[in-house]
Amino acid sequence: MSAETENNGIVVESLVREFKKGPRAVDGIDLEVKPGEIYGFLGPNGAGKSTTVHMLTTLLPPTSGTARVAGFDVVREGPEVRDSIGVALQEAALDPYLTAREHMRLQAGMHGLAKADGRRRGDDLIERVGLVDAADRKVGGYSGGMKRRLDLALALVHEPRLLFLDEPTTGLDVQSRTALWDEVTRLSRHNGVTVFLTTQYLEEADALAQRVGIIDSGRIVAEGTPDALKAEIGRPTVEAIPADEADLERMQQVFATFGAPAPAALGAVGVRLREGAEELAPVVRALDAENIAVHNLEIHAPTLDDVFVAKTGKRLEGAHDDTGEHEADGERRPTGEFDNVAA
Amino acid sequence: MPQAAVRTGTLVQVGHLARRSIIRTARQPAVVVTSMVFPLFLLAINSSGLEAATNLPGFPTEKYLTFALGLTFMQGALFATMGAGQSIAEDIERGFFNRLQLTPLHGPALIAGQLAGTLLLGVLQGVVFLTVGLAFGADFEAGPAGVLVMFALAMLISVAFGSLGMTVGLRTGNGEKVQGVFPLMFVLLFLSSGALPRNLLERDWFHAIATVNPVSYIIEAYRSLLIAGWDAEALALGFGLGLAILAIGLFAATAALRTRMERT
Repeated sequence: MSAETENNGIVVESLVREFKKGPRAVDGIDLEVKPGEIYGFLGPNGAGKSTTVHMLTTLLPPTSGTARVAGFDVVREGPEVRDSIGVALQEAALDPYLTAREHMRLQAGMHGLAKADGRRRGDDLIERVGLVDAADRKVGGYSGGMKRRLDLALALVHEPRLLFLDEPTTGLDVQSRTALWDEVTRLSRHNGVTVFLTTQYLEEADALAQRVGIIDSGRIVAEGTPDALKAEIGRPTVEAIPADEADLERMQQVFATFGAPAPAALGAVGVRLREGAEELAPVVRALDAENIAVHNLEIHAPTLDDVFVAKTGKRLEGAHDDTGEHEADGERRPTGEFDNVAA
Repeated sequence: MPQAAVRTGTLVQVGHLARRSIIRTARQPAVVVTSMVFPLFLLAINSSGLEAATNLPGFPTEKYLTFALGLTFMQGALFATMGAGQSIAEDIERGFFNRLQLTPLHGPALIAGQLAGTLLLGVLQGVVFLTVGLAFGADFEAGPAGVLVMFALAMLISVAFGSLGMTVGLRTGNGEKVQGVFPLMFVLLFLSSGALPRNLLERDWFHAIATVNPVSYIIEAYRSLLIAGWDAEALALGFGLGLAILAIGLFAATAALRTRMERT
């Protein structure tokens, strides 16, 4: 553990939390988050993500194990930890009868900022999260996205070195989600804020996190960069639909020379590329050589969903809704797709 | 990155939380109005329907309205109990309590700050109840100084019962459960000397309960200012019991807060 990690990072060893009459919500996890890093903590509902966040933010004492956040022990140095961190928990914790500006004033005051400093900081943050026009309206009338943005702004009032975001985009529309991603990325890149982000959205972890930990039933089952985790799982697959259904069998024969068959939709043929994505061009050339016209051809890179399936034996809840939503809007697709490729 | 260098003192935090509590209360007109309309409605029914009770030998005043006004103040305080309990329970349900826990919050500041809204409600109720009572002909024997004492008592009783409501809110963390406790508070009200003076309660069991029920003495303290002028014993009992309930309430709320705040 470096001195830098000690100051701005998170170090967790054998962390356990048991609840009365329940299983271990968190069952001996170890993890390390480096300063300035965005760490994605991925898992389904009930996996132990929020319990971990509650322990790391001092809201819940661990049953056993240790955790140091910003260099402070979460059990013995709770106040120091709280001074160093900003937290946006799962539900935007706001008072519907207060305005955004009043929230800012309260939060700044509770953190000991002088009145003028608190006001200046509050105004800056309200502007940064795009709530200037709504700043003097009661937050009870805010949309989910506006509440989330205000929640994030409130977490930043005291300029924390570490930021905990517990499922920050759950239930948000694509636009709000993207805006929040941009802000989190900016905080990490420009302000050097370490971000610990829990999510059940694979794409969110993929897009934001430099490293990902996958938690299931209270245990971390995989950890690494998204690319490394996907590489662990294996090679990409190609799926194609011939323009003429009569060419299906010939297409299968061509594909067989590039690797083992892969699952494909009805009327399509799939192959898991033996040598990886570089084989895409040879596949297209081979189809062309055989005079097989292609209606649609897609290359599927391994996704974090595949990683999740490989590590836990089950699919992550909402994984497909998530992908579908973004594909519909033409954003960050996990697959390379080529329509109407005439070979 | 710079951090907040100054640790906020308890009094500063009380100021911030009190401001928030007062804003919350002021922006919920339905809560404020209900807490006034319902007691005034009962006052109107009682003072018109039970006027004949003033003919009973030993009844302390000729106007039942004057007699019943003390009960109205006490009913208002019970609404404040529910308001304080629901307010903290909603904070817990919405996660706002966790937001506060993540700041350098001092527990006593939270309790005191939250009760500020209750205090505001108590004052507003006092103004309305007294104004309506006097407008409809109620007597007020203690004079202008008595008005100040009446408000002091109303504020004390509001925060005393408010602290009990907070305890329930902190223990349950659920607004509906707080509402469930509300009828129990009304039992205390009905088994008191609210409707008749204790010396005129004929049933032995009722008389016995009303005699040990602290609510009787609080109502009698209000009533003494309206009917008798300055009755040191009645006021001492009312304020004394109010302070005792406040002490119990604050102790219980502090213990409940300690249990609720699991933070390290």
